[in-house]
Amino acid sequence: MRPVTLSNEEIRRYSRHLILPEFGMEAQRKLKCGSVLLIGTGGLGSPLALYLAAAGVGHIGLVDFDVVDESNLQRQVVHGTSTLGVRKTESAKMRLRDLNPYIDIATYETQITSENAFDLMRPYDIIVDGTDNFPTRYLTNDASVMLGKPNVYGSIFRFEGQVTVFSPEDGGPCYRCLYPEPPPPGLVPSCAEGGVLGVLPGVIGTIQATEAIKLLAGIGETLIGRLILYDALTMRFRELKLRRNPDCPVCGEHPTITELIDYQQFCGITPEEAQRDTSIEITPIEVAEWLRRDDSPFLLDVREANEWEIGHLPGAVRISVNELAERLHELDSAVAMVVYCRSGVRSARAVEQLRQAGFRKVKNLAGGILRWSDEVDPSMPKY
Amino acid sequence: MAVTVTIPTALRQYAGGHASITLPAGSVGQILATLREQYPQLGKQLYNDQGALRSFVNVYVGDEDIRHLQGVETHVADGETVSIIPAIAGGVMVLHGERCTVNVRYGWKECCYAASHALQ
Repeated sequence: MRPVTLSNEEIRRYSRHLILPEFGMEAQRKLKCGSVLLIGTGGLGSPLALYLAAAGVGHIGLVDFDVVDESNLQRQVVHGTSTLGVRKTESAKMRLRDLNPYIDIATYETQITSENAFDLMRPYDIIVDGTDNFPTRYLTNDASVMLGKPNVYGSIFRFEGQVTVFSPEDGGPCYRCLYPEPPPPGLVPSCAEGGVLGVLPGVIGTIQATEAIKLLAGIGETLIGRLILYDALTMRFRELKLRRNPDCPVCGEHPTITELIDYQQFCGITPEEAQRDTSIEITPIEVAEWLRRDDSPFLLDVREANEWEIGHLPGAVRISVNELAERLHELDSAVAMVVYCRSGVRSARAVEQLRQAGFRKVKNLAGGILRWSDEVDPSMPKY
Repeated sequence: MAVTVTIPTALRQYAGGHASITLPAGSVGQILATLREQYPQLGKQLYNDQGALRSFVNVYVGDEDIRHLQGVETHVADGETVSIIPAIAGGVMVLHGERCTVNVRYGWKECCYAASHALQ
């Protein structure tokens, strides 16, 4: 280890660590010369960055290319109202600089990709996965395994979180031992299911920070080989055993994946947007005009009840896209209909479903409620 | 003779909203078959068209993955818990759905997984 000393200022700052017999000067010095790369500065990344900085981790790298949006602040506590519209890496850096001026913070305003992953990760001791999508999770996993670095993993969904440490170097499993393949996009829950309780990433991110600190300081028993499940609604923590898969394509005995691949493709993502069928679309302006005429269309809202509560078009009827198949008999195929949702994606699916069921006079409101708010009625709340 | 099957948040909508379901003891395969009969939509989430458990859904008996026990043959005794643990990606990812305005402007991040599919 590089020789490192703590200044008197640092000793005062970290005194509550230093007086812990299990921690002390040695662990604090290890934190000071330790380095952690945080992938994502969002819900998980926020508490992670704050606690790692406060604890005195000497070198923190932040990877993110997003900017702070109002809808982030319900959970991304490293950012603030004063940094709305600012790059998340910069916003976080300002906060961390204020929190602890004795550490180095490097920012990478980029999306982690197969091309840059090794370069980003190589200088760091520990990788922390605070991302929110499958391609980046598999990329982070594979690159960490190939570089032999521990990957402190956390993920969240609505009220539920998972957290563990993947470290084949230390004999534990990797993410692919747990989940060899990602879910195909069509099989994951619908958008109305996509929210998250703001405090949830606080709990999971803080556990990840705890593990990163323990790994650097070399104290305690880490989560290698154990998966913690947390359910905020029932307030239960559970622990499951994770074992290494000898046939794992990345960390197994005979790995078949030895270099980074195209993770978008691996996760079934095709970037072409051109496949959208625009012939069934109608713009908000056209719908607004149509609604003023005598032959005004029937409006079908295919969102969930909680979204309807936020705001809906006057005169609309709501049938969730998830219930549409069972409730088709409530609709009249002879009547012209405009179907809408938040952004026009679920309604496109609904229109497709209705067309297959013989409804011919069905159009999809392009851009949904969001575009309606932009182009027709600014009083319609966007969410 | 009963076992508890815990249903994760992501799949509760296919299981009548239940967080857990009590079923008669038996093998994991028998228990999941009963679950499929009661909730066919849940069955489609758990099994692929070839009738095998999907690779992004793990099943545990107690704290042990059935892949490290006897798979679907694993016997679940009275009082034990069967857990269904799917892969979750996290964040406020809009899973099958929509592209956030912020992402339209600034890139791929939060809703990427959803967005490109949803547009197909």
